[in-house]
Amino acid sequence: MNELIEQALNGRRRAIARLITQVENDPATAKQTIMKLFRNTGQAHIVGITGPPGSGKSTLVNELAKELRRRTRTVGIVAIDPSSPFTGGALLGDRVRMRDLAGDSGIFIRSMASRGSLGGLARATGDVVKILDASGFDVILIETVGAGQAEVDIARAGHSTLVIEAPGMGDEIQTIKAGILEIADILVVNKADRPGSNRTVKALKAMLMLGSGTVNQGHHGPKPVTDESAHNSGKLDDSWPVQVLETIATDGDGVKNLVDVIIAHKTYLQSSGEWKNREFARSKQEIGQILQTEFLDRLYDSVPLKEWEGLIASVAKREIDPYSAVDKLFARSVQNE
Amino acid sequence: MQESKIRVLIAKPGLDGHDRGAKVVARALRDAGMEVIYTGLRQTPEMIVEAALQEDVDIIGISILSGAHMALTPRILALMAENDMEDVPLLVGGIIPDEDISRLKEMGVAIVFGPGTSTQEIIASIQETVLGERAN
Repeated sequence: MNELIEQALNGRRRAIARLITQVENDPATAKQTIMKLFRNTGQAHIVGITGPPGSGKSTLVNELAKELRRRTRTVGIVAIDPSSPFTGGALLGDRVRMRDLAGDSGIFIRSMASRGSLGGLARATGDVVKILDASGFDVILIETVGAGQAEVDIARAGHSTLVIEAPGMGDEIQTIKAGILEIADILVVNKADRPGSNRTVKALKAMLMLGSGTVNQGHHGPKPVTDESAHNSGKLDDSWPVQVLETIATDGDGVKNLVDVIIAHKTYLQSSGEWKNREFARSKQEIGQILQTEFLDRLYDSVPLKEWEGLIASVAKREIDPYSAVDKLFARSVQNE
Repeated sequence: MQESKIRVLIAKPGLDGHDRGAKVVARALRDAGMEVIYTGLRQTPEMIVEAALQEDVDIIGISILSGAHMALTPRILALMAENDMEDVPLLVGGIIPDEDISRLKEMGVAIVFGPGTSTQEIIASIQETVLGERAN
């Protein structure tokens, strides 16, 4: 395995692919792998791309990657599609829209099935991103499963989050609901040549005005961020004005501008200290997740199965309540450590 | 917690635009619990092999209805060999005349399916081939 890591760090594509498979299939291997290559990570700009199914995420990723390559950046792409809750199978079709990227050694595309995760990513997505990061890709684009309202894991997976909408997303009430629109650093209305595009752009801009008191290109002109509104929006980075950009991904229209804004966002993150904040938040979340899994695994290991089942049975028979059962388990596992 | 799904690449090389068969197969494999990477139409041999390499698939399935299988298949096999992918089986499906089946197999194609093959047959054969390869 060390050899595989060595090769991946040197950019050998088959090794990168193999390593990703291992990390996807087996958490124990993932642990060993990440422990070895973690110090090589932290260089890449990680950009999340989310939005409803059919809004044009894959096509836009294709265009973004082409534009980034024109600017001599290498690009890793992780594209996630859902697994069937019934069979566990998946149809990963994001490559259909990314045919332009074939044959470019500065690009690596990996399709992932969500494998039961519900937040728009797969369990192993973070580790797969680390492998691409350590392998030297400058920008990593993560395309989530088609997301509706609540699939917001992407906000913590990367540095910059793009939320893609298509015209006809619904009225203004949709835009002021909590969830996916809140996580956007950049809002994109794709398919801007479709009827209703203006209305969608207007609705999103109106939402931003209601929220943070600032809109870059609102028809009432820019408004300054007030202290009060900064508090209301609940975000740390109120000095980054969320913009609403229009693209027509099938023609590449608006993509140059979008890449400019993505790069400007990175610059903003680094100069404002927000990059560090986000790394901190991500590390915290990651540690929390790993702790949960490992703690549970160890707890399961340290208490004999019979005792587990005994406790479960007592709860089922209502001899004790579930909270007391957990207290007993803790006490037992501490004893055994 | 280990979970090794069978990953399959389904691609259509060449210029014929009939992808219904490929889609039916892709869907059937999905329903059989596999992870199917579907690349769509008009893929060059280079695109197919590069995608298979990045996706680290267990098997490559190509669908050819144009009669170009004797030209496209050797090119794909050669590229696979160039990339040390001899351990990845290649499946060819489509309108393949009987006399070509043995010729394709001699070249190194693992499985050949003609018209009328049931999806059950295809699923079973992929499972058997991949699990056999993994055991090696």
